[in-house]
Amino acid sequence: MQFAKFVVSRVITYVLVIWIGITVVFFVPRFMPSDPVESMLGRIMSQGAYMEAEQVEAMRATLTQAFGLEGSLADQYFGFLHRTFLSRDFGPSLSMFPTPVNELIGRALPWTLALLLTSTIISWIVGNIIGLLSGYKSRWLSSRALEVIAILVYPIPYYITALILIILFIHINPIFPLFFSVRGDAWSWEFISSAVYNSVLPALSIVIVGFGWWVLSMKALASSISEEDFVYFAKLKGAGEGRIMTAYVLRNAILPQVTVLALQIGAIFNGALITEILFSYPGLGTMTYNAVLQADYNLLMGTITISIIAVASSTLIIDLLYPVFDPRIRQR
Amino acid sequence: MRRSNPRLTLGIVILAFFIVLGGILPFFSPEDPRDWIRHPRNLPPSAEHLLGTTNLGQDTFWLLSYATQNSLLIGVFVAFFATLIGVFAGLAAGFLGGLTDRVITLLADVFIVVPSLPILILMSSLLQGRASLLLISIILIFFNWPWPARQMRSIALSMRERQFVNTARFSGSGTLTILAEEIVPHIFSWAMANFVNTVLVAIAIESGLAVIGLSSLEEATLGTMIYWALQHQALLGQRWWWIGSPVVAIIALFVGLFLISTGISSLSAERRGHGDA
Repeated sequence: MQFAKFVVSRVITYVLVIWIGITVVFFVPRFMPSDPVESMLGRIMSQGAYMEAEQVEAMRATLTQAFGLEGSLADQYFGFLHRTFLSRDFGPSLSMFPTPVNELIGRALPWTLALLLTSTIISWIVGNIIGLLSGYKSRWLSSRALEVIAILVYPIPYYITALILIILFIHINPIFPLFFSVRGDAWSWEFISSAVYNSVLPALSIVIVGFGWWVLSMKALASSISEEDFVYFAKLKGAGEGRIMTAYVLRNAILPQVTVLALQIGAIFNGALITEILFSYPGLGTMTYNAVLQADYNLLMGTITISIIAVASSTLIIDLLYPVFDPRIRQR
Repeated sequence: MRRSNPRLTLGIVILAFFIVLGGILPFFSPEDPRDWIRHPRNLPPSAEHLLGTTNLGQDTFWLLSYATQNSLLIGVFVAFFATLIGVFAGLAAGFLGGLTDRVITLLADVFIVVPSLPILILMSSLLQGRASLLLISIILIFFNWPWPARQMRSIALSMRERQFVNTARFSGSGTLTILAEEIVPHIFSWAMANFVNTVLVAIAIESGLAVIGLSSLEEATLGTMIYWALQHQALLGQRWWWIGSPVVAIIALFVGLFLISTGISSLSAERRGHGDA
């Protein structure tokens, strides 16, 4: 019963998170000092597109509709919610007319998910293993050296790590290409290998930053748990080092690490967004950025809404995995 | 009795350097470092231009000093209000309980999950690079109060049951007196550590927004310095002094702030006589 209650409460929070997030997105353009339709129109005109008066009028109508600014505030709001929760139809892209925004997002989303999933999982697992070892063996010289490295690496923001990697491995030692380019047909060998080759640096920059945090927090947890009575008892009982480390220390230290992972998804996503832009990686971040540069409001609203849903969903999934690690929720 | 804390000391030394660079030096700047074409372009470092000049003819050193000032101001402003709001919201949730607790906890969860950057990007794109640093800071406050609030709530929940609080209550102190005399000192060091950490986070996000050119382009922050350097191909032109100065400054500043925040936590843990923070 405990488990059912846990799941229900998580799902309710999930829906509320999306609802409030979307409401914020809805109200941001309405609290801006400038009229979004006029400012977007001015931007399109300033890019040199010549338009007849009636074309401008038509554009204004399209934008008003795209911004969801038709009808009363309540109508607009419910239209917006309907679009987010039910239809997921963000209309056509204005910069790549008439491709639907959905199709563009459908192309970018797998890239972002692949990058984030791989790099977050690698940094979480490797960071926790190293943190566990160095927390348990805290007197080893290598443990201390690692901690110093982690302290130097963790506070650095993603885009700085990305820039340093770009300077080191694209400009000074040109090992990786300057522009992201994937060749070959979908899922051919050439496609996969060039995609992986191009993704090494963006992934590495996300792994490095996350890694520092997981090492530091796991090390702190592991070293304090190692001093608990039940670990001492296990040693007296004659349990092997490996068993103590995994079954006694890791088992207890992993729970807070799962919780923190769920809480960090938003921050990791923020970081990955800029990393994508710096590497021109073809995911949601770069697409959002291009939407801003090309004043493609439909696309912008689409990517931002999907970002919020994606982050909330990832958090929900990690939360629902929690019982796998914590038998107390599972069994009662 | 108190052991020396090398991390905290090192952190304070680094921060002191940046406070001089960003807090004091800008007042002695011989020029407005934002002006273009004041000096010959792309000079290497010399006695006259400590960090050389940019492709836009600005003195990199004075620009860095000016940018540090703005970044620090944003960080302190956001951290002050986020910590203040967070501490009070968390204490209210923990001590009052009931509906207040539920509403505050839900709001905190929402703002932790919803990523701040897409919302900032939306806002900045509508303002077309004219988003003021103040507006960006206010949005950042919205996204940074939940961390202290969560922590304060759990501290408050455990406090309600702690021995010394009950002792004070039975000896006749009112709720406010208990708060002021027993609880505030207990949470003060935690709030300080959180404050320093939030300075770091706020500077990081503003600079992140700035690196892609979506912060205020009329002002100089550490992030906008990187943006202009990238826009003018400092990487392809191998003008390392220009792009390197803000990058190294951000790394040093953040490591310093991080050392201070962990230093404060471990200091207060030691003072309480046990290892857990």
